Amino acid sequence: MKWKNLALAAVIATGGLTGAHAATVKMECGSGATVREFCDYIKARFETETQHKVEFIDLPAASDEKLSMLQQIFATRANNVIDVFAMDVIWPGVIDRHLLDLTDAMKDLEPAFFPSAWQNNVVNGRIKGVPSFIDAGMMYYRTDLLKKYDETPPRTWGELARIAARIQNAEREAGNRTLHGLVFQGKAYEGLTCVVTELVASHGGGNFVDPKGTITINNPRAAEALDTAAKWIGTIAPRGVLGYQEEEARAVFQNGDAVFMRNWPYAWLLSQDDTSPVKGKVGTMPVPRGGEEGQHAAALGGWQWAVNVNTTVPDAAIALVRLLAEAKSQKHNFLVMGVPPARMDVYEDPEVKAKGPYLENLRAVFEAAVPRPSTATRSQYPRVSNAIWNATYDVLSGRTDGTRAVADLENRLGRIKGREWR
Amino acid sequence: MNPKSPPMTGVGALPAMVPASRGKRSLQARRSRSAWLLVAPTLILLAGVAGWPLVRTVFYSFTDALLDAPHEYLFVGLANYLEFADGEAYGVLADPVWWRSVRNTLWFTFVSVSMELVLGMALALLMNQKFRGQGLVRTAILVPWAIPTIVTAKMFSWMFHDQYGTINDLLLRVGLIDAPLAWIAEPGLSMWAVVLADVWKTVPFMALMLLAALQMVPSDLYEAARVDGASAWQRFRRITLPLIMPAMIVALIFRTMDALRVFDLIYVLTSNSEATISISGYARNQMVAYQEMGVGSAASVLVFLMVAGVAAVFLRIGRFSEPREKQS
Repeated sequence: MKWKNLALAAVIATGGLTGAHAATVKMECGSGATVREFCDYIKARFETETQHKVEFIDLPAASDEKLSMLQQIFATRANNVIDVFAMDVIWPGVIDRHLLDLTDAMKDLEPAFFPSAWQNNVVNGRIKGVPSFIDAGMMYYRTDLLKKYDETPPRTWGELARIAARIQNAEREAGNRTLHGLVFQGKAYEGLTCVVTELVASHGGGNFVDPKGTITINNPRAAEALDTAAKWIGTIAPRGVLGYQEEEARAVFQNGDAVFMRNWPYAWLLSQDDTSPVKGKVGTMPVPRGGEEGQHAAALGGWQWAVNVNTTVPDAAIALVRLLAEAKSQKHNFLVMGVPPARMDVYEDPEVKAKGPYLENLRAVFEAAVPRPSTATRSQYPRVSNAIWNATYDVLSGRTDGTRAVADLENRLGRIKGREWR
Repeated sequence: MNPKSPPMTGVGALPAMVPASRGKRSLQARRSRSAWLLVAPTLILLAGVAGWPLVRTVFYSFTDALLDAPHEYLFVGLANYLEFADGEAYGVLADPVWWRSVRNTLWFTFVSVSMELVLGMALALLMNQKFRGQGLVRTAILVPWAIPTIVTAKMFSWMFHDQYGTINDLLLRVGLIDAPLAWIAEPGLSMWAVVLADVWKTVPFMALMLLAALQMVPSDLYEAARVDGASAWQRFRRITLPLIMPAMIVALIFRTMDALRVFDLIYVLTSNSEATISISGYARNQMVAYQEMGVGSAASVLVFLMVAGVAAVFLRIGRFSEPREKQS
């Protein structure tokens, strides 16, 4: 691991030397234990089914940091640092020109995948990635606690806040001092942009920037959505959520210290692990609506396999991506990581159905998913997202209120946009 | 290091080596030539690792280059710094986030360096006393300084964790607070968390610099002062402080310049929001997160100017205080 990092750093520093091993594909592999298990499975199959080899590369876990790292690698035009990597759903427009055109190699795979996931990787008519898994924001709740207080899973944010407060206060009086009503991702980073995208859309406040590129955020419903969330902080949610990413939130929920949690589907299998204190006590539901006339909205996420355009081993890299795109691989990825496959046929698999009963509900969630405004804002998206999460963070931490925040945000997005999104 | 050996052997030996017939001027010229030869490797190295990147940064600050394609750029003049278009000001100097980061950085520098100076001085005075285990204490105090900043930051981020951190647990047990504080999440608190981590890490540096200076102060001065009936405070104020002033200023310059460039502690420890961003963090965001190499370079140049300016002020103060000491 250390050597690999050193080698990576050295290659970046020297600007990259020409490829030494023609048939070794350098593939990104995450840092979690379950991810490594999936990588090892792929490596074993790839190396027995083809004559090529796989070598793993570590990249940062956080999406925005990983993007920065990749862009630095692209800047050096290095061709032997990384060949195959996982790309976030918001990147195809941003790093389009550094991605190998996979149109001819992959176009026959299209019918097997969810159309929205597949289309996301098509830039100017060219296929730049193959979906690995789909993500969508969802709510987790403690079935045992809701039952104990005779409550049903809430359909609106207002109901959720009431139930969370009631259970939290009653349990704390009963001696469960560390229980909180709700945890979510409140740190100032990309995850907060996902959370607020759901919040604003569920209140009918639009999507920050509409598909035509017009900035729509300055509206009273969006302001109301932000103010609603600000009221949770310090009441039903600990003030610490303002520093939580996915894993910090999951740590609190899985430890049995939260009634509700907003997170991604990966948290399900982990919560059902034998070592999990909340095993068998967790239910899932869609993200609540903003009010009776609001809608369920789930932020669309997910990862795609893509190939570096500078790769020296395009054939081996394409073979690896095709292997990763197989139903068998996606099923295995689901079984070890709990992430919803991007292929529709995997959902019919009996083993998958048995392990992920919640997947059935998720198919409806995927249809109601709202994308972050990454397509309309093009390569400016990282700035736009930064402005969005900072505005949200300022409201949640009480430095400003919703009405002022959306007006400031409109102003700031306007400055980023200039005359037109680039 | 034998303090009794002559300080500059080379200069002392030179006249003997030089034949008397040679003029003073050629001696001077030869001496300066060999001096240049001796410092040349250092100068070349400095030019390579400090000068060239600086020149490149200044160069890029006048372009619109992007980080993932640094070879394609257009010159945009001062637009990255400040530009007026359609009655609106653009550029780093017109960005409210830049000014917020300047305020954050100055606040952090002032608070953390002041605390380090006071605590470092206290520790140095303590370690200057004779007591059993003195050597052990002097070594042990170096431990925080030896730990890499990134490890310090991670360690403190766990200690400051709102639900499961030791600091909240401790404060709750003692009864100072009745609900856990969100140290890392709240902008008001997280800046203090950063200051605490920084102080913990760099007080040893300050203390050792000051201790070294304290040991140079001749003890007969204190005896004389005691005979004259000077109080402990008077002895500290009139003898210790003026004599360790030069070393203190050097230590302050080091720490201030370091603090002005703070990045890793804030990046790892805090919520990463603009509420706690530093000027280095701002430059990093422009350059790395938004890929705007031009704007990022402009911000970096401003960071450089700011740090250089503060260093110049300190050197000035140092120069003013020197002659006075020579007279006294």
